[in-house]
Amino acid sequence: MRAIVTVMGTDKTGIIASVSQALADFDINILDINQTIMQNIFTMIMLVDISNIKRELASIAKDLKALGEKLEVQIIIQHEDIFNSMHKI
Amino acid sequence: MINTHEILETIKMIREEHLDIRTITMGISLLDCAGGSTERACEKVYDKITKYAENLVKTGENIEGQYGIPIINKRISVTPIALIAGACDSDDCLPFAKVLDRAAATTGVNFIGGYSALVQKGFARGDLNLINSIPEALASTERVCSSVGAATTKAGINMDAVKMLGEAVKKTAELSADDGSMGCAKFVVFANPAEDNPFMAGAFHGVGEGDCVINVGVSGPGVVKTALEQVRGADFQTVSETIKKTAFKITRMGQLVAQEASRRLNVPFGIVDLSLAPTPEIGDSVAYILEEMGLEKCGTHGTTAALALLNDAVKKGGVMASSFVGGLSGAFIPVSEDAGMIAAAECGALTIDKLEAMTCVCSVGLDMIAVPGDTPAETISAIMADELAIGVINQKTTAVRIIPAAGKKVGDTVEFGGLLGSAPVMPVHKFSSADFIARGGHIPAPIHSLKN
Repeated sequence: MRAIVTVMGTDKTGIIASVSQALADFDINILDINQTIMQNIFTMIMLVDISNIKRELASIAKDLKALGEKLEVQIIIQHEDIFNSMHKI
Repeated sequence: MINTHEILETIKMIREEHLDIRTITMGISLLDCAGGSTERACEKVYDKITKYAENLVKTGENIEGQYGIPIINKRISVTPIALIAGACDSDDCLPFAKVLDRAAATTGVNFIGGYSALVQKGFARGDLNLINSIPEALASTERVCSSVGAATTKAGINMDAVKMLGEAVKKTAELSADDGSMGCAKFVVFANPAEDNPFMAGAFHGVGEGDCVINVGVSGPGVVKTALEQVRGADFQTVSETIKKTAFKITRMGQLVAQEASRRLNVPFGIVDLSLAPTPEIGDSVAYILEEMGLEKCGTHGTTAALALLNDAVKKGGVMASSFVGGLSGAFIPVSEDAGMIAAAECGALTIDKLEAMTCVCSVGLDMIAVPGDTPAETISAIMADELAIGVINQKTTAVRIIPAAGKKVGDTVEFGGLLGSAPVMPVHKFSSADFIARGGHIPAPIHSLKN
C-alpha cells in the first residue's frame, strides 16, 4: 500500500528532517521524493510505503497535520488510490 | 510516480474549490420489522438500524482521513415507514418517527430519511395515517426527514394527496414557527421518486432494494466553476467538454469512496449519485456556474439553456466514471443553500416562475424556497401540482420542498443555519387556485406512459 505525502509552505531549515523523522516513527518508508520551490512556496511530494503502519491512516493524517501546524507548513497524507482513480483510467 | 501536477490539482480541488463527498447514505430495509404491535415493531426498527449502522460514522471518518477528502454527511435511509406502520396494530405513526430519531442519534448520523409514503395511485391504511402525522412528526423530531411520492409517469397525479400535502406543509410551518418553519425543510413531495437517492430530505430505501446498501453522493460545483473560468468566451461545445471532464474526475472519486465504504462495512455498493449540490459557502454555488457561462445574474433569460447544458454534461461525464450511477444525478438548485441563488433571488433576477422552468431541465425540482407565511394551503398545493405535472410529462424526478415561513413576508429572510443556509422570502402569485385544488381526485397518466 502506498500513499502520497504533500508538504507545502514557506521554506525554512529542517522541514525535510522533521517530516522524515515523523514518517519513520509511523513505520512509513519513503520511496521517492520530489521537491521544488514554486513562487517562493516550498512544495515537497513524497511517495511512501504504508504497508507497515500500525494505525488507521486517518489517525496518522491527524498527527501529521498537527506537526505541519508546528512547522508552519501544510502536511497532507493521502492514499495513492485517490490520485489514481481521479487521473488514470 | 503520479504526476506532480495531478497531485496538486486534486489537492487544490479539495482545499480551495470545496470538492467533497456530500454524503455516504446507508439504505436499510425495514420490511422484516413490520407486523404485530407498534411497540414491538419499533423495538425491531431501533435494533436493526443501530446494529447495521453502528460503524457508519466512524468508517466515514476513517475513509475521510485515508484519502484526505471531506465526507460531509453520514446518513441513513429506510423503507417507507407507511409500509411498516400499515402492517402494525395501531393507527398512530408517531412512535416510528420517534424511534427513527432515537436510532439516528445513537448512530450519530445527522439525518435519517424514509418517514415516507408512496401514494401516486391511492392510499393504503398506513399511507393516510402517515401523511396525517407528518406535521407533528417533523416538529417533534430533530433528524427525521419525510417524503411523499404523489405522482409517477405511469400512474398520473394523486390530487387528493396534493391537497392534503399543501395543508400538511402549512401546518408543519406553523408547528415549527419558532424555528423559522424549519420542519418544512425536512419534507419533500415527489413525482417519479428515485428509490436509491442518497440525498436528503428525499432519501428512502425502495422496496426493490436489497437488505442493506451503501449509496454515495458526490458534489463539487466549485470545481466546475473554476474549470469554466479557464475557458471564458469559448463556444458551448468547449463548455460542455470541460464540464464532462470535471464531472468524470469528481465521480471517479465518489466511486472510490463508495467501494471503500462498501468494503469496510461489508455492505453491497449501490450507486454513486453524481449531483452538483451547492452549499451556502461562497464558491460552492451552481448559480455561479451558470453566471460563469455568461449570464449577468442567474434567473435571467438564458438560464434554462445554461442549466440544461450543465445538467446533461454532468451526467455524460459521470456515467463512465462509475459502475452504477443512480439517484438523482445532475444539478440541484436549492435556493437557500446556494449563495448565488440567494443573491439572484434578493435582487429580483430569480423568481419562482423561472425556477419552475429550470426544474424542467435540472435533476430535481423546486427546492428550499421560502414563500410568505400567509400563502394559502391551496396555493402551496397548486405549486406542487405544477411541479409534479412537469415530472410526470417529462418522465423525470421532480420535487417540491417549500417553506411558507410563519410570520414572514416578501423581503424577509429565513435563517436555517448550516448546510440549509438562509432563504429570502419570494413572492407567489396572489390569484387563487382554491377551486382547482378543491376538485380532488386523480389526474390520469399521460399517453406516453402506455408503452407496453
